[in-house]
Amino acid sequence: MTKKRYVARSYEIAARKLGSEMMIMSGRDSTLFSLNDVATVIWEAADGSTSLDEIVESRICSQFEVQPCVALQDAETLVDELASHGILLVSHEPIFPPVPLQLEAR
Amino acid sequence: MQELTASMDSTATSQLNRHELVIEIGNIPVRVRSANLAFLRMLENRYVGFVGGARRADFEFEVDIAPPDGVGADDDLSVLRRSGRWSLARGDFRAEWDPASNQGSIRQSANPYSIDSVLRIVHSLALAREGSFLLHAASAVRNGRAFLFAGASGAGKTTISRLAPADAVLLTDEVSYIRRQESGYFAFGTPFAGELAKSGENVSAPIAALYLLAKGPENRIESVGPAEASRALLESILFFAQDPELVKSVFLAACEFVSRVPVHRLTFVPDAGVWELIV
Repeated sequence: MTKKRYVARSYEIAARKLGSEMMIMSGRDSTLFSLNDVATVIWEAADGSTSLDEIVESRICSQFEVQPCVALQDAETLVDELASHGILLVSHEPIFPPVPLQLEAR
Repeated sequence: MQELTASMDSTATSQLNRHELVIEIGNIPVRVRSANLAFLRMLENRYVGFVGGARRADFEFEVDIAPPDGVGADDDLSVLRRSGRWSLARGDFRAEWDPASNQGSIRQSANPYSIDSVLRIVHSLALAREGSFLLHAASAVRNGRAFLFAGASGAGKTTISRLAPADAVLLTDEVSYIRRQESGYFAFGTPFAGELAKSGENVSAPIAALYLLAKGPENRIESVGPAEASRALLESILFFAQDPELVKSVFLAACEFVSRVPVHRLTFVPDAGVWELIV
């Protein structure tokens, strides 16, 4: 059985939702990311304590017309890509403390 | 010239032949001290209109003039914070700056370009702390409001500056100075000139709009969504430090700016008629 994966937003980024787009800046390498709707849902739900399959089941499959196994596979790919840029943390254990979702500028 | 002489007199008694002048850009005075009076005279001419009589200074730099070592300004720039101190280095200069005391030192040859780069970096760091920034953009004041024209080299910053009507006051054709204040965003004049080779006027005004420049077959203005505006703005912000926290601050500053200031794409034929759209 595949172990659960937990995802959390990195402390090394700043994020802000502008219009319908989630903009994320990596403080580590100044790379700018723009997330689509599905990626934004995963990003916002990445609290470190909810597993990825729970996020897909409760947030993705309920909002978007997609097969659960396809959605999970796509989510795994997305999470790995975001993690490779250091903007998401991934672990087989819950990640504490959770990183707060801060979308507003100071 | 009078300011330099007055400062020189007061300083000479306490510091061994150190002379000084204050360069004030964006209401941020920077005191520059050096034993090389000819160098300071050169700076006084370079920054004419921005050399003020401010007694207080937000930053102070001691400049040691060294012979040119043949290493040029094309070398990679490094701006790093080590043990709380900023270290700035390029082929033609080395500088240190302690943000706690706001004092630092610069070692360079007797040219105006190296310290010009140091000033841009120091201002960019100071502004990042307050949600403000330097922008690769021309800017001008018309009817008491400032308009910004951003774009990469060749986009038309100098062209639109040259086309400005007589009632427009040019702040810069190259590097705009944006400060976030309680009542909104303000643009300040800078001595950082582009192809126009002319300093801007040392005045400021509230920012009415940012235009993203593009050359085209007709003059027209299109609105730009906030996400696209933030991407364009971030491409034009001058920021040099490899510092994660300040990078994040600059990003949030750009997002805040596009949330509060109208951003448009300005396509223009190089003729003065384009300014009829700038109101």
